[in-house]
Amino acid sequence: MTQLVPVLSAHWDEKDSFTIEAYTRHGGYKASQKALAMDPDAVIQLVKDSGLRGRGGAGFPTGMKWGFIPQGDNKDHYLVVNADESEPGTCKDMPLLMANPHVLIEGCIIACHAIRAKHAFIYIRGEVTHVVRRMNQAIEDAYKAGHLGNGVELVLHVGAGAYICGEETALLDSLEGFRGQPRLRPPFPAIAGLYARPTVVNNVESISAVPAIIANGAEWYQSMGTEKSKGTTLYSLSGHVNNPGQFEAPLGITLREILELSGGIRTGHTLKFWTPGGSSTPIFTQEHLDTPLDYEGVSAAGSMLGTKALQIFDETTCVVRAVLRWTEFYKHESCGKCTPCREGTWWLVQILRDLEAGKGTEADLAKLLDLCDNILGRSFCALGDGATSPITSSIKYFRDEYIAHITHGGCPFDPVASTLFVGAGA
Amino acid sequence: MAYSIEDLAIMDSMIARYPRSRSAIMPLLHFVQSRVGYVDGEGIELIAKLLTLETAEVSAVATFYTQYKRKPVGEYHVGVCTNTLCAVMGGDAIFAGLKAHLGLENDGVTADGKVSLEHIECNAACDYAPVVMANWEFYDNQTVQSSKDLVDSMRQGNPKPPTRGPNSLVTWKEASAVLAGINDGKAHEGIQAGEPSLLGLKISKEGK
Repeated sequence: MTQLVPVLSAHWDEKDSFTIEAYTRHGGYKASQKALAMDPDAVIQLVKDSGLRGRGGAGFPTGMKWGFIPQGDNKDHYLVVNADESEPGTCKDMPLLMANPHVLIEGCIIACHAIRAKHAFIYIRGEVTHVVRRMNQAIEDAYKAGHLGNGVELVLHVGAGAYICGEETALLDSLEGFRGQPRLRPPFPAIAGLYARPTVVNNVESISAVPAIIANGAEWYQSMGTEKSKGTTLYSLSGHVNNPGQFEAPLGITLREILELSGGIRTGHTLKFWTPGGSSTPIFTQEHLDTPLDYEGVSAAGSMLGTKALQIFDETTCVVRAVLRWTEFYKHESCGKCTPCREGTWWLVQILRDLEAGKGTEADLAKLLDLCDNILGRSFCALGDGATSPITSSIKYFRDEYIAHITHGGCPFDPVASTLFVGAGA
Repeated sequence: MAYSIEDLAIMDSMIARYPRSRSAIMPLLHFVQSRVGYVDGEGIELIAKLLTLETAEVSAVATFYTQYKRKPVGEYHVGVCTNTLCAVMGGDAIFAGLKAHLGLENDGVTADGKVSLEHIECNAACDYAPVVMANWEFYDNQTVQSSKDLVDSMRQGNPKPPTRGPNSLVTWKEASAVLAGINDGKAHEGIQAGEPSLLGLKISKEGK
């Protein structure tokens, strides 16, 4: 049985955990002192050796990404932290920043030193007023304490409600003051990122993992997780479970284990389908309860680890309704830059609406799959790819349920049964 | 509206944060909302002038992002998450309940200007579903009844406090100022984490 190992979340239960006093009390800002005394290349090597991989979805090795920044080029370098957490189901970075914003600041200081950057930006989604407050106060306090301002400037940049800005090149365009639309790659941000300068873009959780790695060493981090997925990470459990929440564990824990630890599926109900890492990752079913939740394990089972957003749906949930709603989201958030995504997501919604309303035909299922085939891999960025995941995976596992909508002439499910307050008379 | 000398100084300081001035366009738009309540033509012109851009360039940005409003919203802007997980767990029922209770459609504002209503996408609080936001503060684990009580309290001028946020709910304009980067001194208020955020830690400490 895999045990939970709180590292990032170790002190979240202290009432003042978000203050600089609490962070310092637990050894905060010592790792950055240690790192600043090291050669930058040695810091990069240490992070490479730790095996830390990107926690925003793609799982790219963090140290390797840092190593791509050209050195001695006499150009400004930038660090940009992606705190635009918006992938449906994903809810790890916001509680992290609410409870401990200083760990991200310290991670930024270390990363800037490693990549020889003097300027870092945290791009945070705009729909979280209190998280913005906490983050800005923490930055202010870190300046007062001299952790910032002596070689590293850090700016919190607040977004304004656009999922696409979680895509790293769209994020950079947004940060430069344009509409958030993705850029053609190459050139990659490491060569031409913010203001066309070498830039590292990392997720909140990746950068926040760095201070503990510097403090405890690469071997310590390597000792947790699986062969190619090292360290601990935040798994976010939500939906039809008795006790939703954040669970920090070594990579490779299974959903069965997390459910056993947390109290299981909603009492009296059974697991129907779930996402391993947000709505853009193909759905799983009961048969995947023992899939190791690491980068390789999830991918071998036909999905992606993504953001480790475990959204759980029990047998009361209509999969067609769930998929339609996700598809409406992708249509709404499509930036409009490329045709497959802009037009494709629009058509996907029309067909799914008909299907859910019982006005579809079996030929519509073939048309959905054909459309997905023309979006996946043909879109400008991963938003279009992600839009196809719930559709193709749900048709794979629940084709009969789509057919039932057609033969039943509508949705056979009672939406009230799936609510949290069913039976409560709410 | 006329921007005061202090306002203009704040806007200059926002621009000064960035290596290139155009990057300040988003905080400046949040700031305009904090003064006017939405992004009006005058705000667009002012930002264009401050950043030496065409007004069309500023408009292009303002219209891309859903948080920038082109018409007034309520003093308390209520967003109901109707993305899949929240919708299934009660968000759809909450949104329908609030529409009926307030007599509003999506994007509507009550006649007294107190409350506006919008269905929103995933707000990164799924372990607290169903989630309602007000001026982008968290109201966790809502029901149809609790959300009706919430908007009633707003219309009575005494809004219930957020579940994870400051001790009292600030207005839309005040929240917009926070998003523009202005410190309102409330960062220390409220809990550091809700129970779901702490569940894994608690279980781990119990030695499981």
